[in-house]
Amino acid sequence: MRVEFRLSGSGGQGLLLAGIVLAEAAILEDKNAVQTQSYGPEARGGSSKAEVVICDCDIDYPKATDPDFLLALTTEAYRSYAKGMKKGLIIVDSSVVLDPENKTRTIALPILQTATDVVGKKVVANIVALGVLGGISGIVAPANLEAAVKNRVPKGTEDLNLKALRAGLELASHAKVQE
Amino acid sequence: MSKTTAKLMQGNEACTIGALAAGLEFYGGYPITPSTEIAEICAEELPKVGGKFIQMEDEIGSIAACIGASLAGKKAMTATSGPGFSLMQECIGYAALTEVPIVIINVQRMGPSTGMPTSLGQGDLMQARWGTHGDHPVIALAPGNVKECFELTLRAFDLAETYRVPVIVLSDEVIGHMREKVVLPDPSEIHPLRRAAPATRAGYKPYAADPDGGVPLMAPFGEGYRWHVTGLFHDESGKPTNKGEIADTLLRRLARKVDKNADILADCFSESLDDCDVAVISFGSSAMSALSAVRRARAEGVKAGMLRLRTVWPFPEAIVDKVASRVKRVIVPEMNLGQLALEVERVVGCRAPVTRIGKVNGELFHPDEIYASIMENK
Repeated sequence: MRVEFRLSGSGGQGLLLAGIVLAEAAILEDKNAVQTQSYGPEARGGSSKAEVVICDCDIDYPKATDPDFLLALTTEAYRSYAKGMKKGLIIVDSSVVLDPENKTRTIALPILQTATDVVGKKVVANIVALGVLGGISGIVAPANLEAAVKNRVPKGTEDLNLKALRAGLELASHAKVQE
Repeated sequence: MSKTTAKLMQGNEACTIGALAAGLEFYGGYPITPSTEIAEICAEELPKVGGKFIQMEDEIGSIAACIGASLAGKKAMTATSGPGFSLMQECIGYAALTEVPIVIINVQRMGPSTGMPTSLGQGDLMQARWGTHGDHPVIALAPGNVKECFELTLRAFDLAETYRVPVIVLSDEVIGHMREKVVLPDPSEIHPLRRAAPATRAGYKPYAADPDGGVPLMAPFGEGYRWHVTGLFHDESGKPTNKGEIADTLLRRLARKVDKNADILADCFSESLDDCDVAVISFGSSAMSALSAVRRARAEGVKAGMLRLRTVWPFPEAIVDKVASRVKRVIVPEMNLGQLALEVERVVGCRAPVTRIGKVNGELFHPDEIYASIMENK
């Protein structure tokens, strides 16, 4: 079955890397995966979006059409993409200002704060978010997520990022949907 | 690192690995979004295999350096996007007339001009064919997924050597930046073409060939062969000439090199085409959306079929002609205002209506946009 992820936030938050790691973890599990991206001309601070499509089938269209999971780390990203959600689940950082009119299932989790307080580095919020997405979707085994993180993060930061991944998985295990 | 196992790979990365597998020895380039990864990987990998990477002052210098490297016997490539491709046009004509094999990867973005640097476009299709002045032979291949970035770049080098023409790999922002699962062949299974030097140095005539599309053997510069290279029309020795008869013979031979081999060069992907009523013809990333739409229509019992061009120039007329002879309707989705459609309409003629779907907002087609067109008047 085709499962679509949209990871959105601000340029520099590392969501592209999180998307790449998710796609690679799926491939380690013998699934098909395609990762695409869109970004503004700014290197930092502009809008940033990564999409991952995972399927046991052949993937013809590479982009998300109606995401099963939307991750939004900023209010701006939430405003851009939450409205278009039909069937999926929205996962936001706790700092995101939610739209009371939006009836889509939504989970708010302290992703950015966990990166700072629990892991100790704000920059690994992307990998905390990856842990959250992996844990809630259950699409890939945590062991494959770990292997993919080790493959893709900068050398010397593996332990830090694995800690971030586990913190994300932990957050996911206690997550409650706000109906 | 084994290449036979499945790997998550980006289109631009796959182009570069294809070029290295083809025996790339020289990269001269100027980085530009969305092609920059190709330069980055070449800068890292070429020195490891004894090759050279040079970042030139601009795209004019980049392609000129590639021509020089190729004349010296090296396999040379550059990569760019629309604005850089525009600057390269003059030297594409120079390479065509002087018959110097080079490969140019154009990862298309939204134009004209600086346009939208990080957004998708396919507006360089006609420029790839007619961007430089004068009639000239050129071959352009358009990958439709990451694996084809590898395969078609590899093929581009072989074709450049075989026909002594500039070969353009016409990628785009989505194909170039997309990452997907690929399994590439083991390097031991790849046998790239090697340039054969003429047997004797004495009396070497660099441009002596069968007027019917013959390709002369190319000697590497600096190894004792005497020859002259000029962008002026030239005789068999390479010396400039203004004689109309010689110019006529030369230009017709250059055109025939590609034209007479159109069947060998033609290369397409097709699905559900044999019994279809509605044929969707596209290339590059647009064709991914199109294929999704065709499959959905098929699942709903509509006889839709897909033809995706992997060789865009020379235009695969025979294949399109065969499709046109059977179908009731043709749809051409593309990320421009109807460049592929012009060629399709030329070949289809009045046999079937051709629906153009052009999109120029920088965002890849949603399959629904093409599906809706298939379902109209089905």
